[in-house]
Amino acid sequence: MDKMPKWADVVLIPLISLLLAAILSALVIWAIGESPSKALWIMIDGALGSKYAWGYTLYYATNFIFTGLAVSVAFHARMFNIGGEGQAMLGGLGVALVCLYIPWPHWTLALLGATVGAALFGAAWSFVPAVLQAKRGSHIVITTIMFNFIAAALLNYLLVNQLKRPGSMEPATAKFPDPTHLPSFYDMLAPLGISFSRGAPANVSFLVALAACLFVWLLIWRTRLGYEIRAFGQSESAAKYAGISPTKIIVVSMTISGALAGMMALNNVMGEAERLVLNAVEGAGFIGIAVALMGRSHPVGVLLAAILFGALYQGGAILSQDTNIPVQLILVIQALVILFTGALDNMVRMPLERLFLALRRKPAAPAHTKPAE
Amino acid sequence: MTLMTRLFGASAALALSAGAALADPAIIFDLGGKFDKSFNESAFNGAQRWADETGGSFAEVELQSDAQREQALRRFAEAGNNPIVMAGFAFATALEEVAADYPDTKFVIIDMVVDQPNVRSIVFSEEQGSYLVGMLAAMASDSQTVGFIGGMDIPLIRNFACGYAQGVKAVNPDATVITNMTGTTPAAWNDPVKGSELTLAQISQGADVVYAAAGGTGVGVLQTAADKDILSIGVDSNQNYLHPGEVLTSMLKRVDNAVYDAFTAGDMVETGFNVMGLANGGVGFALDENNAELITPEMLAAVEVASAGIIDGSITVHNYNSDESCPVHQF
Repeated sequence: MDKMPKWADVVLIPLISLLLAAILSALVIWAIGESPSKALWIMIDGALGSKYAWGYTLYYATNFIFTGLAVSVAFHARMFNIGGEGQAMLGGLGVALVCLYIPWPHWTLALLGATVGAALFGAAWSFVPAVLQAKRGSHIVITTIMFNFIAAALLNYLLVNQLKRPGSMEPATAKFPDPTHLPSFYDMLAPLGISFSRGAPANVSFLVALAACLFVWLLIWRTRLGYEIRAFGQSESAAKYAGISPTKIIVVSMTISGALAGMMALNNVMGEAERLVLNAVEGAGFIGIAVALMGRSHPVGVLLAAILFGALYQGGAILSQDTNIPVQLILVIQALVILFTGALDNMVRMPLERLFLALRRKPAAPAHTKPAE
Repeated sequence: MTLMTRLFGASAALALSAGAALADPAIIFDLGGKFDKSFNESAFNGAQRWADETGGSFAEVELQSDAQREQALRRFAEAGNNPIVMAGFAFATALEEVAADYPDTKFVIIDMVVDQPNVRSIVFSEEQGSYLVGMLAAMASDSQTVGFIGGMDIPLIRNFACGYAQGVKAVNPDATVITNMTGTTPAAWNDPVKGSELTLAQISQGADVVYAAAGGTGVGVLQTAADKDILSIGVDSNQNYLHPGEVLTSMLKRVDNAVYDAFTAGDMVETGFNVMGLANGGVGFALDENNAELITPEMLAAVEVASAGIIDGSITVHNYNSDESCPVHQF
């Protein structure tokens, strides 16, 4: 049944894709007259070379874990949730309201409250498209994309007219009160005697993201609901025949997906900015799609892919700060990686599958001659 | 501490390898990117003018994400860049935290006030320049209806619109001012197609002069206005040349001068609060050979009287941000 061993599917294909992307990127950098090896070193060192670098890489990765998981859960039910962007924006609104208007005594409670707020708001934002899909057949891709724009408009309105700090020209809420400050890696690791970089934004919500990975794994592979979601995703008619309600699966999987996307706000809004700004999500909702594709919708894959994308983001930032490579070309490099690992997956997969089949046939041939039966 | 020294060493080494000497000035562009045909580009032009004239070099970075603000500030400060100029109000929070850590570095923030001893805050009186172009618009309009197209509905742009509406009403209290905002995402600053559609919509409502304060979106506004033979008003830098004879004027916001002056002063840049208005040439309107025929001597005389009045204080132009309301226009 399996055309190639598991390790090739999980490790070899992404590695080859990355290598191809790296070669093309090197050509691009070389073409504009910069040194590819130096650029590559700056990117790797900038993303992974110090605690400070890791602090940023893991911060971005945390965002991508949440949105990647969100896309994955929906994708198991063959729902393509493009609305992570809007759901994360609404999650930010939930976090902001919870942090600003409830006097929290301690950050642990604030984190719990904010998690509930973020998840509820994100879930609410995906609930409407889910119901429209389940009951009316409105295509989920179209409705979730449109909800991204509605979310942006809503936040723009609220931040300019209602939530803006009075007297400030910036469309952003006031800073959240101090008790809602989430410990950064610096605060968390100091008691253990490890001095982490103080300026880096990675914070305790990374651990929440890891917990979310575990939760998604348990949900999809260890619960009845997860089984129903997967069955529905594999074949809607078979699932129906088995007594699984399509309406329930669509709505539930999309709502969980929206809640996960909304929880991204724990990291970027509560953990980093500590206030809600306009355009706080910055495309992480869309990157989540690439992360989920690359991670094969499996939590472990999503985690690894998110760290890779986090490293690309951070490495790219350092590259643009330290060299004269224009920021547009750094986007090209990031896009090449996404293209090769996500969209052009089959380009690597098919030849590899053929290769593995050919390799297997040779040792397999004498096996058949054995009079085992 | 060891990390600090290592970071410092690493960034210093990289700065040197990139060919930049210490104490070079640095500029950080906001998320729109430095070629936005508007605010960031104006800042870049100022920096480039300084580099061309002095033969000096400067460090620069275009941000991709909000979380990079503090990162970029600290990196430049640790690399010894001085002064560090940042274009955009969104830097305020990051700068408040960073400025105190580097007391020997001078920071310049444009469009926002940060109260720290080593920070120069520059804000522009956009409402004054917009007031003058509003007067010109009202005098040039036959239909008594003029339009305003902003980028996003944020307080900064409302201040442009409010000053414009005040200028229009000062000339003709019965005139109608139509305002539209392009969008709700940052893409609104670079959406010439939508700018064009909004211009058509305003023309169908009777507007015959349209003022664009929307970054790259304005290119579409000016183009459509020229195609449909109505007048348009550019913003930030002089855009009269884009369609000679069809752009009434441009509201100038001399971000380039602010950057140029800061770079020229170097690490001796004066800190404190700075308002760039009509009086000190921070804002104004563009008059050149491309629009000389559109501005009649009577129009020019009226605007010059008003300009003098604003400078000596006999005319006050209401600043939207002072109380978040506009006396002559509802948002």
